Amino acid sequence: MHFDLDEDGLALQATVRDLCGARLPLETTRNWTDAASFDRAAWSALAGLGAFTMTQPEARGGLELGVADAGLVFQVLGAELVPGPLVAAALVADLDERVGAGEAFATVVTRPPAGSGPARAGGPWVIPHLDLAADVYVVDDQGVWRTAAGAVEGTPVPNPLDPTTPMWLADAVPAGEQVGGPELARGWLLRGSVLASALLAGNATRTVELATAYAKQREQFGRVIGGFQAVKHLLAEAFTRAEVARVAVDAAAVALDDAGTSVGDGEGEGFDDGYADPTFNPVRAIAGARVLAADAASRNAKTAIQVHGGMGFTWETTIHLFLKRAWILRNAFTTPEEAADTVAHSLARPKWMAA
Amino acid sequence: MRLRDSESDARFRKEVRAWLAENLPVLGPRPAYGDWPAKKAYDQRWQRMLFDAGYAGIDWPAAYGGRGATASEQLIFLAESAAAGAPDLGVHFVGQLHAGPTLIAEATDEQRDFHLPRILRGESIWCQGFSEPGAGSDLASLRTRAVRDGDHYVVTGSKIWTSYGFAADYCELLVRTDPDAGKHRGISWLIMPMDTPGIDVRPLRTIQGESEFAEMFLDEVRVPVENLVGRENDGWRVAMVTFSFERGTSLVRELLTAMTMVEELATLAKTLGHGQYHSGPRAGQSRTAWDDDAIRREIGQVAAELDAMWALTRRNVTRAAGGGGVPPSGGSAFKLTYSEAIHHFGEVAMKVLERYAISLDALPLGAGAGLPVGRHIIEHLHAFAISIGAGTSQIQKNILAERVLGLPRER
Ligand SMILES: Cc1cc2nc3c(=O)[nH]c(=O)nc-3n(C[C@H](O)[C@H](O)[C@H](O)COP(=O)(O)OP(=O)(O)OC[C@H]3O[C@@H](n4cnc5c(N)ncnc54)[C@H](O)[C@@H]3O)c2cc1C
Repeated sequence: MHFDLDEDGLALQATVRDLCGARLPLETTRNWTDAASFDRAAWSALAGLGAFTMTQPEARGGLELGVADAGLVFQVLGAELVPGPLVAAALVADLDERVGAGEAFATVVTRPPAGSGPARAGGPWVIPHLDLAADVYVVDDQGVWRTAAGAVEGTPVPNPLDPTTPMWLADAVPAGEQVGGPELARGWLLRGSVLASALLAGNATRTVELATAYAKQREQFGRVIGGFQAVKHLLAEAFTRAEVARVAVDAAAVALDDAGTSVGDGEGEGFDDGYADPTFNPVRAIAGARVLAADAASRNAKTAIQVHGGMGFTWETTIHLFLKRAWILRNAFTTPEEAADTVAHSLARPKWMAA
Repeated sequence: MRLRDSESDARFRKEVRAWLAENLPVLGPRPAYGDWPAKKAYDQRWQRMLFDAGYAGIDWPAAYGGRGATASEQLIFLAESAAAGAPDLGVHFVGQLHAGPTLIAEATDEQRDFHLPRILRGESIWCQGFSEPGAGSDLASLRTRAVRDGDHYVVTGSKIWTSYGFAADYCELLVRTDPDAGKHRGISWLIMPMDTPGIDVRPLRTIQGESEFAEMFLDEVRVPVENLVGRENDGWRVAMVTFSFERGTSLVRELLTAMTMVEELATLAKTLGHGQYHSGPRAGQSRTAWDDDAIRREIGQVAAELDAMWALTRRNVTRAAGGGGVPPSGGSAFKLTYSEAIHHFGEVAMKVLERYAISLDALPLGAGAGLPVGRHIIEHLHAFAISIGAGTSQIQKNILAERVLGLPRER
């Protein structure tokens, strides 16, 4: 067991952070509200670092690293609040090298569950970044389908909650071409979920940093507000939530990597018997990570707004953007509610419990 | 980052599992809850079995009689023990998890040679005499006096919340040796034999209904000067060493047990009837707590929170193995979040057990061991032991805000 970032992991994060600072600063990216304003060159530069091809084989231009490393990079992208179809790019890189290389865009949508009333059976579909995307990929438990974005009749959502995640509604998405079976779909749902959670964990980390920095310089009653215990405790709680979300995401990504590669003969590794460490189950670990990361991102952004006072209520500050992105990402590939249910269903009867 | 067992880890896991399967039945049944004399004997018996098998002091250095196991092996041992339902350290908590490690770090060779083997064999039980009626969160304001008289300190004062005080052979005692120095400067860390005349231990009944802790009155207790650990008046620094162990990883076994208790709670939720439903659309319908989406999800949330604490443990242990112990960011974050997770666990347990949440014992219902409701309610009450003991949650937040986030200190 070695469960901490090594030098390579830290260096990888630093490289991505530096590029984001230089090419994707939030003062600029907050204006990328549609395909026309989206800086494709900056996106390609990010792709050039391998941000979307971390787990791809070398032959496909990838870095042959694990989902855990991809998760570290996505934590940075979440902290820097980089816009665009990030998770979709990392998934579709499996099938389309141009997307992995940042030369083309794709969007990935999950089939909507049947509701009632206006959310009638199977609709409406919610599609982010439709204007940017060349293709729309549909995932459900049967497989993965590809449709040209131009073939989807979408209605743009007015006044998008997260200004840089423009959304479209569509009554239907054409069936398209099947490009993967249930196994790929399952893999995408898990990897997509954990990468979205990594974005959330990074988001949660950054809002604490912003609020802490503000609390150290804003003065009231003749002292910095960070000296008031009510403020200190809000920030300590937020810091803790972010730390916990990060380890949960890392553990989930490692569990997925471990499950993907069969190590040894399985004997005595704690998998084939009743004493198995249940957190090695990637489905459970990934669901648990969403529960914690979604909560941390939303609550930490709220804390940060509260600590900024009236300044926090302005459009001009950036913190509301973190909150709004968190509210979008919470539902990417799974929801915290569904995820909590998934964890509940993974609970086995303890060995020692009387029959 | 790697979580899977290495080949040698897997071998160790197998060996521990086999040993537990063979030896747990020999240990015999757990004593009744709150029967501390029986629990003490039971814990001592188990500790001796662990010692004979080479599992005592699993993470202590081999030079001091421990196993010198790797961080992974330590966690594997704890995880296997919890999964098998093996006893936790019980009355050995203080000796094994903070007094012993403090002695390893700070004591003289004579002190180590005498005490460490006794702790490992389960022969000597320790308690912690830090808190006083007037010195809790502000521990450094403690007033128990130790006055030098020849080759003894004469100690007078009182201590409170002394866990296992009734069972202990030795006490790690903080005393004031220089009343004129600044409040952190005049403190010393002493080893006090509990059979010394002048010590009066009075059990206190806890909200859990038993007497885990006690108050302790000290009236001119003569403690040999050779029992000083560290230098005279340097006891605050030594106490900080003790805290680094106490707040670092001492709750890991509890966490692992709690993880299996959530599984038990889920199992109970699937069997217990739930809701009143005497009228309204559901009247007459039979439902379990598990059928209730809100409750089932909340069980899942608690499990996710505890799983994350297990992940944080593995990060903390990895960092500590790199030298320097568990950093405050990890230790206080763990203590704070774990407290909240256990409080949350208790809230959910109340919802699941519902009308059966009426006893601190098992209910005489159904076959076998009955309905284990009491254990879950006790765990709910125990959440306060975690959020108050060893530095309250508020104090942990102060530590995080000041030492990790760099915000101004409290006055
Ligand atoms: C189950 C249990 C076992 C224990 N075992 C031992 C033991 O074996 N040996 C031992 O020495 N001690 C032991 N303790 C004592 C424990 O360390 C103290 O209870 C704890 O440090 C709090 O001190 P106090 O009880 O005096 O509360 P107080 O310090 O009086 O605190 C009361 C309240 O005020 C808050 N508060 C205090 N100061 C601040 C501040 N600066 N900022 C914000 N809020 C503050 C606290 O958070 C708390 O909510 C045990 C306690 C428990 C519950």
